[in-house]
Amino acid sequence: MAAAPVTPPHKPRIKVRLWGSLRAATGGKEVVEVEAANFKDVIDALARDYPALRPQIARGVSLAIDGVIYKESWFTPINPDNEVVLMPLMVGG
Amino acid sequence: MALDEYEKRDFRVVGKRMPRPDAIDKVTGRALYGADMHVPGMLVGKILRSPHAHARIKAIDTSAAEALEGVRAVVTGADFPEIAPGEARNVRDNAMARDKALYDGHAVAAVAATSAAIARKALKLIRVEYEILPHVTEISDAMKPDAPVVQEGFVQENVPEGFSDNVISYHQYGHGDLDAGFAQADKVITRRFRTAATHQGYIEPHAALASFGADGTADLWVCTQGHYYVRQLCAEILQMDQAQLRVTASEIGGGFGGKTTCFIEPVALMLSKKAGAPVKLVMTRQEVFRASGPTVSSEIEMRMGMTKDGRITAAEAELHYQGGAFPNITVQFGAMAAFACYDLQAVQTRGYNVLTNRPKQAAYRAPGAPMAIYAVESVVDELCQEFDLDPLEVRLKNAARKGTKASYGPTYPDIGLVATLEAAQAHPHYSAPLGPNQARGVACGFWFNFGGDTSVSLSVDFDGSITVTEGNPDIGGSRVSIAMMAAEELGVPYESVRAVVTDTASLGHNEVTDGSRVTFAVGLATIKAARAAKREMCRRAAKIWGIDEDAVIWEDGCAKPAGPNAGKFEPLSIKEIAAKSSRTGGPIAGHHEVNAEGAGVSFGVHIADVEVDPETGHTRVVRYTVFQDAGKAVHPDYVEGQMQGGAAQGIGWALNEEYIYDENGRLLNPGFLDYRIPVASDLPHIDAVILEIPNPGHPYGVRGVGETGIVPPLATLSNAVSRAIGRRMYELPMSPPRILKAIKGG
Repeated sequence: MAAAPVTPPHKPRIKVRLWGSLRAATGGKEVVEVEAANFKDVIDALARDYPALRPQIARGVSLAIDGVIYKESWFTPINPDNEVVLMPLMVGG
Repeated sequence: MALDEYEKRDFRVVGKRMPRPDAIDKVTGRALYGADMHVPGMLVGKILRSPHAHARIKAIDTSAAEALEGVRAVVTGADFPEIAPGEARNVRDNAMARDKALYDGHAVAAVAATSAAIARKALKLIRVEYEILPHVTEISDAMKPDAPVVQEGFVQENVPEGFSDNVISYHQYGHGDLDAGFAQADKVITRRFRTAATHQGYIEPHAALASFGADGTADLWVCTQGHYYVRQLCAEILQMDQAQLRVTASEIGGGFGGKTTCFIEPVALMLSKKAGAPVKLVMTRQEVFRASGPTVSSEIEMRMGMTKDGRITAAEAELHYQGGAFPNITVQFGAMAAFACYDLQAVQTRGYNVLTNRPKQAAYRAPGAPMAIYAVESVVDELCQEFDLDPLEVRLKNAARKGTKASYGPTYPDIGLVATLEAAQAHPHYSAPLGPNQARGVACGFWFNFGGDTSVSLSVDFDGSITVTEGNPDIGGSRVSIAMMAAEELGVPYESVRAVVTDTASLGHNEVTDGSRVTFAVGLATIKAARAAKREMCRRAAKIWGIDEDAVIWEDGCAKPAGPNAGKFEPLSIKEIAAKSSRTGGPIAGHHEVNAEGAGVSFGVHIADVEVDPETGHTRVVRYTVFQDAGKAVHPDYVEGQMQGGAAQGIGWALNEEYIYDENGRLLNPGFLDYRIPVASDLPHIDAVILEIPNPGHPYGVRGVGETGIVPPLATLSNAVSRAIGRRMYELPMSPPRILKAIKGG
């Protein structure tokens, strides 16, 4: 007997704010909505839904979640109450 | 979540000014820096550099050099394998030119010989046939559509049209309606600013000793801020597995961001591979200036509107940065940081990154922020003068705080800017009287800070002493701070803990010592490693006592029964548990590996009094005070040192330091006699006022302090000098001729 198909868990819709020069990649939208439960989901969904963002995502991005910058921690949980802002990958001196 | 880490506590060790374990070695010359490394049979490496700013390399004839007795290897760009586009390829092409020499000083060949004299002689025997190309070293020239193109293929997808291919990236940030904001202002001003490229000015030149084995493994000893990143880059450049290359970091004589990448290391490795012997390469000071990264130079146009009671209604800035012949992201951070100190309803920054025929830039403390914030803080100050307003009151009125939507996007959580401004306002310096030709300047500064990949291993040795093994070169006292945090957490004397920076083969990955990250991230990992060791020691005590391990707690450096039901046992000290460890299960250690998040942004405020000689244009810094939030100052001496060091470097940037090129694109001042960094006699005592607003992302509340200190001095000094001479300055450095010119109305 074939195994029942696994239904992917429902993921909430998250609003993600983009910086200005990325808006050309989203048809001018400053805020986009993606289905995501963590950092990785956000990045994957952005790359899938807005292919023009892929070059920037490949160069590296961070996320500010409620004002705290997360560099590349994929499994940082995100929920719809969080403010999520896309940022470039952070480095320093 | 990272923000749950902080727990309020009374500190026993943290916060004290413990002796520096490296101090005696450093002041007596015993400390081993990169150039001090020596192994038997070692060859001397030397690099031939381009005398041209931009030239096609038509041919290189190395035959005469190779035939010279004592020469064991000659390397050119052709020796390095092709690799995928990316930063490693840029580093490779910067370390050794391939088809084109891209700036004055670009490496074109290297030799390894049995002596320095033979190596130098061999360099003279190498014949390079150049086709000299038009060059461009200034930003505005490089942006013109008909400018000579430095390198093709780097233009990103969103760069607006109308520029040459030297304009490779564009970054825009901001929010709100600029037109509506400017319409509310009583005064709107537009000003243009320029800052020169400056070098990090570390005293120790770059040095690398490479030893390639016959089995394809290699060792590299190097002065660097990040030996794991050196391994990553060099392994990719030489197409070898990272595990086959072991990199050991020496003591470091300054880095400040400039040693976060590679310049000579791949060349040393390739020379060693070809020669079949160890090769040491040490840069001369001239090479450091000509071929290791300075920071970017900038041209910035700033527009700001303010009401007459000091409210900023709108602001915008266009930033043009050049970082030499290769891509970088520094302007992006400048565009993000520019207005980070302010709560603005309408704000926009636009940043352009431009290639020029100059050396590949490297990070320099808070990369990109000092020049952007210099322009912002200068305009704020000019508007304060326009309306006769107190500059700290205006900054407090507009200061970013919890709930402010930052100009780079996020809404701030709790931040320390207002507290820092209030501390500056209340400090006696701000109300002290001034003498003739003297004036006072103030400015704010900001940096992001971050954590990143970190590994720590903590060993409880058989005698109960503690070894903390970490992987970040100590550029600002981190070993002491880390040992102090381990001692604090374990409840043992500081003197019983030693922190050691190990090589890449002995510990998991560690990001570069940058981003003000080490005391935060390595400290966090050390505390977690200590907690793991404590758990294990409680487990061992429970076994010895024959009780459940949940019934044992760690307190005052001992395992103790937890309450009356656990039974009556004398506490077991760390020494007693360690001595029995072989018989209770084996050696005891804790370790922690993490991509540390929650570093928390950082703000600072500086006050400077200057005296300008109206006849010579010379500026004397009379008094200087730094205010900065450290979260928790683990070792206050080092925190003050970071704040003072940042201020000193910023003072040099503001007053004297600049890369000067001639019409042929050749650097005219590659030495400390002509490139003037501040020395002790140029500086007053710099007072450092540490604020401690705990960072919720760290168990002890620690916040990075290494970078913010260099951000405010540029504007602080410019504002002070402008007020002293009664003319507004718009260009750095404010060297005496430039100040005299301004005084005379030029």
